[in-house]
Amino acid sequence: MTDRRSIGDMELNAYLDGELESSARAEVEAWLATHPDDDARVAGWRRQKDALAELSAEVLNAAIPPSLSRAVTRRRPAARSWMRAAAAVLLVVAGTAGGWYGHGALLQPSAVASADGDFVRNALGAHVVFAPEQRHPVEVWANKEEAHLVQWLSRRLGHEVKPPPLASAGYHLVGGRLIADDGGPAAQYMYEDSKGRRITLYVRRSMDHGTTAFRFAEERKLSAFYWIDGPLAYAIIGEMPRDELLTLARVVHGELEHGG
Amino acid sequence: MDTHAAIVAEIPRLRRYARVLMRDPATADDLVQDCLERALGRLHLFQPGTNLRAWLFTIMHNLHVNARVRQGRSPEVSVDPPGGGEVEPAQGSGLLMRDLERALGELPDDQRAVVLLVGLEGLSYRDTACVLGVPVGTVMSRLARGRERLRRLVDGETRQAIRQVR
Repeated sequence: MTDRRSIGDMELNAYLDGELESSARAEVEAWLATHPDDDARVAGWRRQKDALAELSAEVLNAAIPPSLSRAVTRRRPAARSWMRAAAAVLLVVAGTAGGWYGHGALLQPSAVASADGDFVRNALGAHVVFAPEQRHPVEVWANKEEAHLVQWLSRRLGHEVKPPPLASAGYHLVGGRLIADDGGPAAQYMYEDSKGRRITLYVRRSMDHGTTAFRFAEERKLSAFYWIDGPLAYAIIGEMPRDELLTLARVVHGELEHGG
Repeated sequence: MDTHAAIVAEIPRLRRYARVLMRDPATADDLVQDCLERALGRLHLFQPGTNLRAWLFTIMHNLHVNARVRQGRSPEVSVDPPGGGEVEPAQGSGLLMRDLERALGELPDDQRAVVLLVGLEGLSYRDTACVLGVPVGTVMSRLARGRERLRRLVDGETRQAIRQVR
């Protein structure tokens, strides 16, 4: 035990946290193999670190309170109208030149869990059809008749369905439309960011009035999170990575939970 | 994602850290709100491409330290020996979590900050050093002391709980 301190606690911690180069790592491993006391202490720190990572983990998946997401919105500079116009022109060009949207075989039923498959598949289908639409992306435009839009869709669904404000996440409401879904009427709200990227929120009456966690589905480039909250089922869809859409889903959920 | 949207994406992590730090959910969200408002007021100081999460945690850390100083509490809290308090009887891993939270509360502020930034948030030593405005060596020594102290606090309480149950 004369060399007791030749590998100290700071190095042992750096080993635990993956902060060591491979040669130093090998030295520590050799040390631990012959020093059971230190080995036990490192194991204790590791258990402690794992336990720490679990603390309040439920907050990570909770809805973001609107008071917090709106703290960000309040300071967001308003997008200038000429930028919107420029974005719209770009979008027209991209829409004409590109065109992966047109593929009819985009949605493959097998990629979606069968229990909720119909709901999220219908929502994805509606996104694929309407999101690339240039002249008629929505039936009712939010900038002209938002109040009427909300009233109309709420009446048809038999429950209030307000489009949550998503300015904190960089999206403004374009408008919405009524859609014929398997089980009856569904509402689709469409949002757009300053670059003209579109996401849709699809809402329908739920069958079982339960509450579920977020579930995820993807089809080609599209990501979807969907969940049930009491009388309504929601799906949010966008062409973006899972994590980016998850943030939006949390903002949407937070706004809906707190009454929008 | 633009910077505003990226900040919104960090809200869940900021909330969790604040909740572990403050323990009271409402106070924790107040801290997050202050942090967001401060961050947006200084957005021109943020350099795009650098670590947004570390930047936000820096702001939150400074707000927390300032608040404690204003409350007249020294940022360096001295610690009573473990045990002696009301220790609840053992019930599986719930005990470990409660002990861990209580023991965290007994760490000096500077050690707790390092233990949480590395352990809870998984920040690198370098990012932790940036958040706290101290050299990496200081992060390492605080971490080593904090973790060992935490381990002893939790072990001590668990042993005492077992004695009480018997």
